[in-house]
Amino acid sequence: MSSPEVATPTAEAAPMPVTPAVVESAPKKDKPRSLWTDAWYELRRKPLFVISAIMITIFVLMAAFPSLFSSVDPQAADLNRSLTPPDFGSWFQFGKQGQFGFDLQGKDIYARTIYGARASIVVGLSAVLGNMLLGGTFGILSGYLGGWTDTLLARFGDIFLGLPFVLGALVILSTFAPVQDSPSALRITSLVIMTFIALGWPSFARIMRAAVLSTKQLDYVHAAQALGARPGRVIFRHVLPNAIAPMVVVGTITLGGYIGAEATLSFLGVGLREPVVSWGIMIGDGRNYMETAPYIMAFPAAFLAIAVLSFVMLGDAVRDALDPKLR
Amino acid sequence: MSDIKVKTAPVQGVNGGSASHLLEIENLHVEFRTRDGVAKVINGVSYHVDAGETLAVLGESGSGKSVTAQTIMGILDTPPGFVTGGSIRFRGKDLLTMGKDERRLVRGEGIAMVFQDALSALNPVFTVGFQIAELFRKRRGMSRADGYKRATELLDLVKIPAAKARLRDFPHQFSGGMRQRVMIAMALALDPEVLIADEPTTALDVTVQAQIMDLLAEIRRDRNMGMILITHDLGVVADVADRIAVMYAGRIVEQADVHNLYGKPCHPYTLALLDSLPRLDLKGQELNTIKGLPPNLLRVPSGCAFHPRCQMARDICSTQRPALIELGGVRSSACHFAEELYGRE
Amino acid sequence: MGRYALRRLLQAIPVFIGTTFLIWFLVWGLPGDPFAGRCGERQCPPAYVQFMTDKFGLDDPLPVQYLNYLTNLLRGEFGQTFNGTEIGDLLAQAFPVSIKLALVAVAAEALIGITAGVLTGLRRGSFIDNLVLVSTLVLIATPIFVIGLVARYSLGLASVSPEAPLVELIIPGLILGSGSLAYITRLTRVNLVENRRADYVRTAVAKGLAPSRVTGVHLLRNSMIPVVTWLGLDLGSLMGGAIVTEGIFNIRGIGGLLFDSINRRQSGVVVSIVAILVLVYLIVNLIVDLLYGVLDPRIRYE
Repeated sequence: MSSPEVATPTAEAAPMPVTPAVVESAPKKDKPRSLWTDAWYELRRKPLFVISAIMITIFVLMAAFPSLFSSVDPQAADLNRSLTPPDFGSWFQFGKQGQFGFDLQGKDIYARTIYGARASIVVGLSAVLGNMLLGGTFGILSGYLGGWTDTLLARFGDIFLGLPFVLGALVILSTFAPVQDSPSALRITSLVIMTFIALGWPSFARIMRAAVLSTKQLDYVHAAQALGARPGRVIFRHVLPNAIAPMVVVGTITLGGYIGAEATLSFLGVGLREPVVSWGIMIGDGRNYMETAPYIMAFPAAFLAIAVLSFVMLGDAVRDALDPKLR
Repeated sequence: MSDIKVKTAPVQGVNGGSASHLLEIENLHVEFRTRDGVAKVINGVSYHVDAGETLAVLGESGSGKSVTAQTIMGILDTPPGFVTGGSIRFRGKDLLTMGKDERRLVRGEGIAMVFQDALSALNPVFTVGFQIAELFRKRRGMSRADGYKRATELLDLVKIPAAKARLRDFPHQFSGGMRQRVMIAMALALDPEVLIADEPTTALDVTVQAQIMDLLAEIRRDRNMGMILITHDLGVVADVADRIAVMYAGRIVEQADVHNLYGKPCHPYTLALLDSLPRLDLKGQELNTIKGLPPNLLRVPSGCAFHPRCQMARDICSTQRPALIELGGVRSSACHFAEELYGRE
Repeated sequence: MGRYALRRLLQAIPVFIGTTFLIWFLVWGLPGDPFAGRCGERQCPPAYVQFMTDKFGLDDPLPVQYLNYLTNLLRGEFGQTFNGTEIGDLLAQAFPVSIKLALVAVAAEALIGITAGVLTGLRRGSFIDNLVLVSTLVLIATPIFVIGLVARYSLGLASVSPEAPLVELIIPGLILGSGSLAYITRLTRVNLVENRRADYVRTAVAKGLAPSRVTGVHLLRNSMIPVVTWLGLDLGSLMGGAIVTEGIFNIRGIGGLLFDSINRRQSGVVVSIVAILVLVYLIVNLIVDLLYGVLDPRIRYE
């Protein structure tokens, strides 16, 4: 009733039974547009989407090949150049140093900012993928098996959702890597990733569960089951395609959130730490020199904000495109 | 709904007689501007209703019958809907050109509306009493207590048992039929002169449908209101309507009093509609159907919009649009063969 | 309502037990020396080890230990820091400050967020709408510690004084609530846009009500349900989420205490505080759940 009555032949029970598939009054020019092609059409014309996609590509390149952006060793310290302000003259000159200045230990801030992208992207991406895998599996089990499995998994998930994210991460990290420890880069990075997965999987399980449940109701799935299709086939052919759209949207936005959370925890000293280069650590280092050397903090903070913004914006644009209700 | 009783009561004023009708829609044009193009939803619709009579507007979904009603009420969603021409005169004044505030005061008091789906049309978070009393409080300046008192009277009027207690209930706590009664009570609150009922029984069980239609007919008679009954259900129409306007693809294709329309339909579409009703005397036979689908309003067929589905269609139908012509001074039809149909035995 | 409340309460119990067990396990239940790394760079003082072992029965079998911990937690006995201060006393001092700060934040969110959301929701597609949308994106995307540091540096703010008067809490409160403020704006806007085409809004128009009443009563009342719920939840999480803000502005609330404890490397204190905050969070969640039933009458009987 709320939708205007424009040519919706199926809308209400017409007084006469209409025999379908007879004389179509006008030639059909439309190609059938799927959810994804429709969304893609919508997205391409959105400046926010285009900008965020470009930014994300740059950050991913930065994470994968930092040497493309800077030839300087981010760990090379030289106390002689401690707290040197940025040299704006050397911007856009590859191979130079000090574009963003030098920190207390005389490390090149530009190089460190570039290398810092890796920690953010690696942590964010691995955590989200891990969440999708773990949460997705549990969600499928919940939705498909139902009954006790469902109830138990839901309550089990609630336990982790009951922990506020930063607080939960704080406890887990300070237990497994107390602040005074200096774990190896690999160990602390994987610990942070696993912490995020431990705290995040229930949300993803809920999405997958909902997708499974709604798909289970569909007639053709009943039909497939009646014809003896195995659960595995039903899941891969019917359930997964249904769950992908919300997973992608939530995953993208969560990725942005995780980059921010990683930086926050690193800033607090419980997340990543030396020798990993992370924007959060850099900002934490610059905290005490905000007045004398604001550039220590400013550049990594700007990169951090832009990276998070790009992912949030991308997720936002994709959601709008996939959810016609809000147009 | 199984057999049709043609109303035998004297037909009141087929063409009104007076120069000015209570509510008169003239040459109304409405279009929807959508991403896929402009859909001309209403193309020159004219009809009128007078005090004490019931006009039924009949048509499939997409025929524009509900949009016409929304345009009269001024609740058309804009965008995508835009009124592009015509007038809607209530007591001689054009609603489309009058000031916003003046028009607002017509709603509820001059013309009120009963919606199809009372569950979504009533606000889910307010009690029924609040929603009815609100009208008295905001439009009549009554106190809270007086408003609720009047609300009780109204629920009594529409025959809701234990009216006073039910004022405190929320819409979802009512059954479908009771909810539609609440909707009707709300529409009657300010004593409107014209009541528009937009498919008031579509969402209800068949037995409840009859009760609601009886209630509407009774109230219309008691209050001497004009009523516009919008429906796709021919069975509903026969019992309560005085005149019928049949709509197709945003136009009125036939207009006549109920007696004449059922007795001798003069448009192939009306003919087909009547033909497709289940009939007791033809039990066991296959139902007649209208072939094809209602037209896509973004690409309305050329000439007569009905021609692709019409059994009488000839060459002229696809090239030339038939005008709505008067037949015998009491009815009209928009078909190239209207005279022929009118002249048949 | 009563049955709904009871059901929610019953559902909350296993979550509560599970979450506290998780925290207990992380703190005291893991195999190995529970005091390793709990007291900063040094070994824990023997007196401290003795006290905590007695208090939480760390020599008992595991299930008994957990029960001890739970009863202690519920009684408000959290143990001591390694230099002998009662954690309970620290919390008693810090809580009122954090509550004040969280209330300031929520008030700012409600006031600014809802206003901005309504304005943009009613003028969808306008310049203001786009401007607000982009600013909310920036606010959501920028981590609070960055906003806090930048604000403190650029406004040249001093630390908040120990008594934490309301005036000094306004800017920290705004910063604490900034992310949620942006979120509330968007939530209000989306709900408004979604409900604007609802049938009951159309009915309200058809009743001839003034536009201000249609929007202000019928539309807003429905659109506010998720917003109010979110504000409630936020009050719970802001208490804990204030670590960064309170740390940056040296506010002596729970978050500040936590921030300090992390910096002074007192993991024991950190975890005790978190346990309390989780408790608060769970209780607020429960209350908000019930509130939802009050706000939306349809929930009760379904």
